[in-house]
Amino acid sequence: MNRPAILICILAIALPLAAQAPKTSAVKPYVPPRAPDGHPDLQGTYDLATLTPLERPAGTKAVLTDEEAAKLEKDVASRKDQAGQAISGDRSAPPKGGDGSTGAAGGVGGYNNFWLDPGSTYTIVNGERRTSLVIDPADGRVPPLTPAARQRALAGRVARPTSDTTESRDPGLEPAGSYDDPERRPLGERCILGFGSTSGPPALPDYFYNNLHQIVQTPEYVMILTEMVHDARIIRMNSEHVPKTIRKWMGDSVGRWEGDTLVVDTTNFTDKTRFRGASEDLHVVERFTRVSANALLYRFTVEDPSTWARPWTGEYTWPSTDEHIYEYACHENNYALENILRGARRREADEAQKR
Amino acid sequence: MRCLLVISTCLLAVSLAAQTPAYRAPRTPDGKPDLNGIWQALNEANYDIELHIARPALALQPGPYGPVPAAAVLPLGAVGAVPPGVGVVEGGELPYKPEALAKKKENQENWLTRDPEIKCYLPGVPRATYMPYPFQILQSAKALFVAYEYAGAVRNIYLKDPGPSPVDSWMGQSVGRWEGETLVVDVTGFNDQTWFDRSGNFHSDSLHVVERYTRTSPDVIRYEATIEDPKVFTRPWKMSMPLYRRQEKNAQLLDFKCVEFVEEMIYGKLRRTPLK
Repeated sequence: MNRPAILICILAIALPLAAQAPKTSAVKPYVPPRAPDGHPDLQGTYDLATLTPLERPAGTKAVLTDEEAAKLEKDVASRKDQAGQAISGDRSAPPKGGDGSTGAAGGVGGYNNFWLDPGSTYTIVNGERRTSLVIDPADGRVPPLTPAARQRALAGRVARPTSDTTESRDPGLEPAGSYDDPERRPLGERCILGFGSTSGPPALPDYFYNNLHQIVQTPEYVMILTEMVHDARIIRMNSEHVPKTIRKWMGDSVGRWEGDTLVVDTTNFTDKTRFRGASEDLHVVERFTRVSANALLYRFTVEDPSTWARPWTGEYTWPSTDEHIYEYACHENNYALENILRGARRREADEAQKR
Repeated sequence: MRCLLVISTCLLAVSLAAQTPAYRAPRTPDGKPDLNGIWQALNEANYDIELHIARPALALQPGPYGPVPAAAVLPLGAVGAVPPGVGVVEGGELPYKPEALAKKKENQENWLTRDPEIKCYLPGVPRATYMPYPFQILQSAKALFVAYEYAGAVRNIYLKDPGPSPVDSWMGQSVGRWEGETLVVDVTGFNDQTWFDRSGNFHSDSLHVVERYTRTSPDVIRYEATIEDPKVFTRPWKMSMPLYRRQEKNAQLLDFKCVEFVEEMIYGKLRRTPLK
């Protein structure tokens, strides 16, 4: 190749790169504060709540303009204000059959929006207001389940819910047998893990409340506390996984630094964790990068060949917060679960009497 | 001369006593004694914090010649017996108020239905420290955090006092400060639901605990907890014990999410088809 040709080649490569440059953070490289061991300091408390769903709703584009996002966020805020009005202390009992309130209010005017903190803004990554956490596949959707996983899920509907199951499913629409045994209730209802995969991994926003996470970092360990059900995941740095016979609800996490990014590899899940119907062979790789004085970028890749035909990846920003994490004592006097089961037994007794 | 010798010997002894601790702990990069590690108490305090001889069981019933294990724990045999312990309480008996002592005895007689540990409830402080499970201290310049294996209990120790706790809790609100070689943790904001041990020793929601963690050798922390609860005790009292570093090369906290293990006990009767 002669010299002008090389020059053209270089220009051909460099020009599009230069044109893309304003979109990447490479323009103004952020220098994170360092821990004493020289690695970026990831410590702090973060609020994972966001309006951006895991999967992009059908017919939605990947990125919202500032104006589009502002309008949507304003709508959410005004709906929240309306639904968060104080309930009169001397109101009478809800009518028989419920008062028509939906979701967490449970038809009896339970939790109203005052209690909820499902997020108020779309997550911003690289300056883009995203409409899904999933970035790969490019359509922003979790790949379809494999036939084997569908089979498993079908069996699972009768057996036990998955770690991301929410508590606010509509009573009556749940599969048969859902109230037969405590083991068939969602892990969140049982106070074993928070609902919505809040503990993860992958740690997802639960779109409901209690989305705080705290990171404590030493040269040998990184600890991530999930507010809900006070779950502390202790990541051993530069370590090997425990033997396959040891299974953990949140998997076994080992970490390493790749440049300024903390990479956490998690395997050894229990067969009861079942994130989105995954098997115990679920493998999650998380990447934590400090992108500003008050935010981390959290990226996760999820892999389980018996569940999804291909790995998939999501990312979102974890903004830091000055909020304090208070104790989430869930299991202590968990009369909800007891009464849920008691209610089911009562209903069966009533139905048996009718027959 | 002899008198001088006696005086100087006395002075030497006094100054030696005042010099404790002699051990200087390795430092974290910010110059604080390094408490990082996986630690565990090795004593019988979780059975009974007071000096006690061995007993047939934690739940007893009268036998023709003295107490025998209650029917509910009888199948456990020797496994269900209480090992003897020299106690961790300094200065003899716990200074209960008379009515509180009566409640302690009642707690003990109803151990099976009342001990929060049986239901896998959060253990409170100081009990979390001497339960027979390891715990891990994570200490950086910015944060101090304790993760307990039992029930996955956790404590964030604030390094800056956030003011009175806005809400009572099982594990309390912890605020830490350094006094030379010692980490001093002031714990308040407790509810009245946790116990000190399996023997019914209890407190009220006025509990105030001051813990002191001092490293005394490469693998030992001296732990002290001063207990103040004017509703239950006539005066503050203190417990102390060594905590040992777990020596295994692969030492780590594993899952002990006992919530799952007590579901049959708590909810089993509400199964659609209760187990036989």
